[in-house]
Amino acid sequence: MGAAGIGAGLGVLGSGKPIVAEFPELLPFAGITIRLDPLGAWFTLTAGLIVVAASLYGIGYADHALRTRAIQAIFPLFCLSLLLVPAASSVSTFLVFWELMALTSLLLVATEHRERASARSAAVWYGVMTHLGFVAILVALALLAGQVGGESFAAMRAGAAHVPAGWRSVVFLLALVGFGSKAGIVPLHVWLPRAHPEAPSHVSALMSGVMVTLGVYGIMRVGLDILGGGPRWWGFVVLALGAASALFGILHALVASDLKVLLAYSTTENMGLVLIGVGGAMLLGAEHATPLVGVLLAASLLLVLNHALFKGLLFLGAGSVLRATGTRNLDELGGLVRRLPVTGALFGVGALAIVALPPLNGFVSEWMLFQGLVAGGGSHVASAAVTMPLAVGVVALTAGLAAATFVKAFGTGFLALPRSRGAAEARESPGTMLAAMGLLGLGCAALGVAPSLLSTQLDRAVRATGTGVLHRPVRVEGGALHLGDVRGVMSPTFIALLLVGSVVAVLVVMRLTIAARDRRRAENWGCGRALQTSRMEYTASSFAEPLQRVFDDVLRPDLDIDVTHADESRWYERTIRLHAGVRDGIEDHVYQPVLRAYRAWGERARAVQNGSVHRYLAYAFVALVVGLLVAR
Amino acid sequence: MNPGRIGAVVIQIVFVVGAAPLLAGLIRQVRARLEGRVGPPIVQPWRDLRKLWRKERIAPEHTSWVFLTAPLVLVASSVVIAMIVPLVTVALPLDEVGDLFAVVSLLLLGTVFLALAGLDPGTAFGGMGASREMTVAALAEPTLLLAVTALAARAGSTNLAAIVNAALDRPSVVLSAQGVFALVALGIVTLAECARLPVDNPSTHLELTMIHEAMVLEYAGPDLALVELAASMRLLLFGALLANLFAPWGIATGTGVVEMLAGTVVLGMKLVLLGAFLGVFEVFVAKLRLFRVPELLAVSFVVALVAVTASAFLGGGR
Repeated sequence: MGAAGIGAGLGVLGSGKPIVAEFPELLPFAGITIRLDPLGAWFTLTAGLIVVAASLYGIGYADHALRTRAIQAIFPLFCLSLLLVPAASSVSTFLVFWELMALTSLLLVATEHRERASARSAAVWYGVMTHLGFVAILVALALLAGQVGGESFAAMRAGAAHVPAGWRSVVFLLALVGFGSKAGIVPLHVWLPRAHPEAPSHVSALMSGVMVTLGVYGIMRVGLDILGGGPRWWGFVVLALGAASALFGILHALVASDLKVLLAYSTTENMGLVLIGVGGAMLLGAEHATPLVGVLLAASLLLVLNHALFKGLLFLGAGSVLRATGTRNLDELGGLVRRLPVTGALFGVGALAIVALPPLNGFVSEWMLFQGLVAGGGSHVASAAVTMPLAVGVVALTAGLAAATFVKAFGTGFLALPRSRGAAEARESPGTMLAAMGLLGLGCAALGVAPSLLSTQLDRAVRATGTGVLHRPVRVEGGALHLGDVRGVMSPTFIALLLVGSVVAVLVVMRLTIAARDRRRAENWGCGRALQTSRMEYTASSFAEPLQRVFDDVLRPDLDIDVTHADESRWYERTIRLHAGVRDGIEDHVYQPVLRAYRAWGERARAVQNGSVHRYLAYAFVALVVGLLVAR
Repeated sequence: MNPGRIGAVVIQIVFVVGAAPLLAGLIRQVRARLEGRVGPPIVQPWRDLRKLWRKERIAPEHTSWVFLTAPLVLVASSVVIAMIVPLVTVALPLDEVGDLFAVVSLLLLGTVFLALAGLDPGTAFGGMGASREMTVAALAEPTLLLAVTALAARAGSTNLAAIVNAALDRPSVVLSAQGVFALVALGIVTLAECARLPVDNPSTHLELTMIHEAMVLEYAGPDLALVELAASMRLLLFGALLANLFAPWGIATGTGVVEMLAGTVVLGMKLVLLGAFLGVFEVFVAKLRLFRVPELLAVSFVVALVAVTASAFLGGGR
């Protein structure tokens, strides 16, 4: 099925012709209409790649984690919905697939509800958030369909230009809220760090790598394709949301010590980066199309694909760690690169890719994003001259913090000494799991070394957004990457070659000039202490502490210290217990008051509903009388 | 590709590798003289490297391949930068391979590997150094890229040759407001990235103040030599970039032998000036407390932002 997705995606992107299919009987009144254009095909391709890897991974993972058979039944359905959402071409079809995706993923999040209470609460949060989002999307699309008098995307596209500007903005904002909640955009991200860690790891990979990006797809489809862009402030809103998500996400990822929570927050960050690209494109393209619009959209789309590859890889790696050690807490891991050599190496590849280092794929998309933003700062739009450099600053700070985050994740999780028995006795995962991760790792390396592999496909997908992109936004000439009319040029292929060449050269020089061949193993330098234990290491929390202190205005960490004194003297402590943690400020200050208010209303409503049948009969009678009076 | 252009790349690599330890030696010598000491000779870093190179290869127990590959990656990334950055001549064959963003990413690649290597032995020092190094790197990154943006704005391209040529064609842009701001911002970041005072003290082994030295504490022998060489190469590359981006005069524009020889001499002179300045500066500056460093970097960020917006509004660009 995943292979079919890849095939369909590549086929459409390769030929530029859409696949069209209609099944009028499948859905009463509306029928299912499918039209896979290059924009959708890019997302179907992304989904297909991860579906293949996740399914392969699921074979080996099944004997570890899946105690219910339900997941085996639902998983293919979830995969299918991921592949079909980008292909839907009418409101009803889209909503059916969208809801199918939401419901199947919800059931998958709840698979381990018997083992962990946190899985139950995650499922509740996710269920509520995804359905609030669904309502927003439903209202947005229904409003637009009502305004143009047709529910197929083609009719909406044709009629959208005649819709009054106020309505267009309402539709756009509602769609932004609905799709943004799926994409995990701040402040609608609260479900993401709960639900993604609780799902089985190959499901997390699909949710974080693919499902979340379909939120971005929705924003692109509705905002750019169907509505055809809008006033400049749309771009500002999207850009600001993207920037907030990127910074908020990466700061929380930085201080998270649960490996899968860390990855989930980093998904919020990456979607933020994607939206910075989309927002920048909307801002610059508000009046008339420029080649830069295409460059920024290309950067966003490439980042979507790259993110799916490396986040998929990292989640699968985290699953492999979980299976081997039984814990996701980085403070209890360590030393895994020797116990799990393949998982360790592949997780390292994913970490370097997500930090956007050459010669891997994250670097290419981040370079494109930077180029687009830098060139946008010097463009004709005066307001862009201030926002774009700020966006560059945000992306750069995000990149720096991401480097710290993933050095922490890989360095404390996989290097150094094991910090628990589980980590010390870890066993490598079965071959199918490793093969699935290897596939994604290969994808990261291939797209990093030779982005020319997909440049024409990317080009078609960008042009299908219908923003009137004039030039080819991405060209590869002689191995060098050219972007629209931007004069910056870079060749990832040559950088990779030069890097490998230099490493080999240094090795050769060492071989030739160093007399001593063998390496002796010796004890660490311990300031004269003889014994070294893993309790002396820096943990993940201690690693992140300096940055946490720098950003404590945003993160607001809690710190609890309990000291119990000895009876003899209060100068001798018996135990000191320290509890430190970082809570999600948005959740505490935005969601909890709403939930409390909701609960208070519920309590008040109980006064009305006391269980007495007489009273209910009286209510029914009053309601009937009022109803008759009103209807008279 | 003609032999002259290949020669240019070779000259640059040889220059960077050969001169980097001398630059470190020069800074130490200047400091020593100002402090009233005789100080080690300028070639002392080279002698140290030779001594380390002949020593036994020792790695701590429990370390993995990350610890062993980090020095290689560190040196290799610096060598690649030496190939693509215009140091001696602008007419480099590999100019289209990487722009300033690529250079920044390559530097970060080295930093990340070294930080991972710091964590690998599982000692408290290594973790402390790695944690602090990544803190500084994360906060320096925005300034670095904004300074790049400011420089790119005046040339209309992020490619190094274009930036240098733009400065050669119109010297006035270098002395404009945005040029000065960008120079200040990049200067501060250089101090942070190269672990110099006031961010880190390269000559300390006092545990609570170390950043870079804490991270590489477990290295010995030839591996340590590679790490030290790479550290001095990075300092030289930053210095040469500062010199050529803001004062490119004297750089060769072709690949003739005489031209490139002159370019090398001029670059050497610029670096001697810069090294002497850094030495004098370090005598008069005390190390900042670790948690004051973010404030310094925040200042440099604001300065870089001013540089970018100035270049947009004052129209110093195209």
